[in-house]
Amino acid sequence: MSVRRAALTLAGAALGLAMLAPYLVMLLTALKPEPELRVTPPRLLPVAWRFGNFADVLADPGFQAWLRVSLVVAGLSTALVLLAAVPAAYYTARHRFRGRGAFLLLVLVTQMFAPTALVVGLYREFFELGLINTYAALILTNAAFNLAFAVWILRAFFASIPREIEEAAAVDGCGRARTLLRVVLPLSLPGLVTAVIFAFIAAWNEYVVALTLMTDAERRPLTIGITSYVTAYVQHWNALFAASLIAIVPVVVLFALIERALVGGLTAGSLK
Amino acid sequence: MPAAELVRASLSRYSITGLYQGFVGARNYARLVQQEPLPGVALNTLVWVASVVGVTLLISLALAQLLDAEFPGRRLVRWALLVPWAASLIMTSKLFVWIYDYYFGILNHALLSLRLLAAPVDWLGDDRTVMAAMIAVGVFVSLPFTTYVLLAGLQAIPGDVYEAARVDGAGGWRAWRWITLPLLRPALLVATSLNVIYVFNSFPIVWTLNDRNPGFGHDTLITYMYKIAFKSALRDVGLAAALGVVNVGLTLAAVLAYLGAAGWREPDA
Repeated sequence: MSVRRAALTLAGAALGLAMLAPYLVMLLTALKPEPELRVTPPRLLPVAWRFGNFADVLADPGFQAWLRVSLVVAGLSTALVLLAAVPAAYYTARHRFRGRGAFLLLVLVTQMFAPTALVVGLYREFFELGLINTYAALILTNAAFNLAFAVWILRAFFASIPREIEEAAAVDGCGRARTLLRVVLPLSLPGLVTAVIFAFIAAWNEYVVALTLMTDAERRPLTIGITSYVTAYVQHWNALFAASLIAIVPVVVLFALIERALVGGLTAGSLK
Repeated sequence: MPAAELVRASLSRYSITGLYQGFVGARNYARLVQQEPLPGVALNTLVWVASVVGVTLLISLALAQLLDAEFPGRRLVRWALLVPWAASLIMTSKLFVWIYDYYFGILNHALLSLRLLAAPVDWLGDDRTVMAAMIAVGVFVSLPFTTYVLLAGLQAIPGDVYEAARVDGAGGWRAWRWITLPLLRPALLVATSLNVIYVFNSFPIVWTLNDRNPGFGHDTLITYMYKIAFKSALRDVGLAAALGVVNVGLTLAAVLAYLGAAGWREPDA
């Protein structure tokens, strides 16, 4: 049995390493000084470890602008998702109404639809509205495409709260809105956290819509902005990867927090 | 709303600067069918989706089995598996452009040192290797989600089924083939159909890794559509919208297949 255990541990370690190895290359490249990027044969480890690359990126006004755009777009679209998802999820969890099945089916279908296939239509729509190159266009699109996951997760949480608790709150003189705010929402905090983290990360990582709609260099989010570190004319791979790691690390930590709820939310409970 | 706009655009003509120039009926669709790169692009798409999804499923089956077992450090391995899932796809794609680099990439260096290659390969510039190189990255980023779905499926199988099998004398491979695999069917169907949808609509990997190559030789229907609309000399919104409608239709077909596979029904509560 202990041989089996050792073999499993070894296989697990190999898997972990295989998943992390490319990102280790990313980190080691981010720590190299500029001249060490172009040596043949390439070296895995830097000769002179240059931690200053991270400070340089953080001090770059371009990076600061992209970071600000990413934070604003991801933050506001997440707020929008929450504002729309909480009432929708609560209503469908508590009431049976005509078209409820159709509504939930629609939620499911939009969840699977990536904006990519629709990007030409999105571009036309925002072009007609004169909203090309505005934050509003990007925020609305992100919110629309991330709404489904939030509705789905929250609906399950709301449905699991016994009606008796809400009835007790009503007896104590709580109105509908106050019951939702004071009783239901605190009890479904784990669901709210999951929905918020998921919506934020999805918007944070979004690429194709931003690439299409944001033509002004000043208004680009991180995913688009950082690609200007490596073009046909300049190749600052160290800066590109330092910036990437600054964007990736917090997101991985947040993702690990909601690990358990992810599969259920993305397969819309079809596995249970 | 963007879907309606997409259909409208597919029936219209636009100038290079995006101004509406009138209704043309189905002419964009007729032109789409005549586009010379279309058959090649359609074939690329088929190869891309089938390879990425197929290889991902096979590897994920093994990985899910591994992560279902108890061993020290399992939590750490599960977290490591989250990284390619959480990281932005464009950043991971750029990372692989660097790893695949002909002169400075670590991949050629490693393979040469191990004597697996006699001469360096221009992975992203050589027509014979570009697709395979892109597929490898596609598999790498699809593994986490797929493994997690299959793991959830494995953990839903009650333990006493295996005990009953052991009493009947079935163990090891036979138990896996005749008990685990059939009971894993719903999870496999869900993982397959969702992956088909995600991989078909995947943009950043092909967009970034195929960046250096002119023409449409290694494009999928999605990147081809994007190039028609925004990047190539064509700048033909009407034509791209027609292809967009086709792409949405294909995605919708996959979604319906998924709903069928998952046995969708209205939740009770």
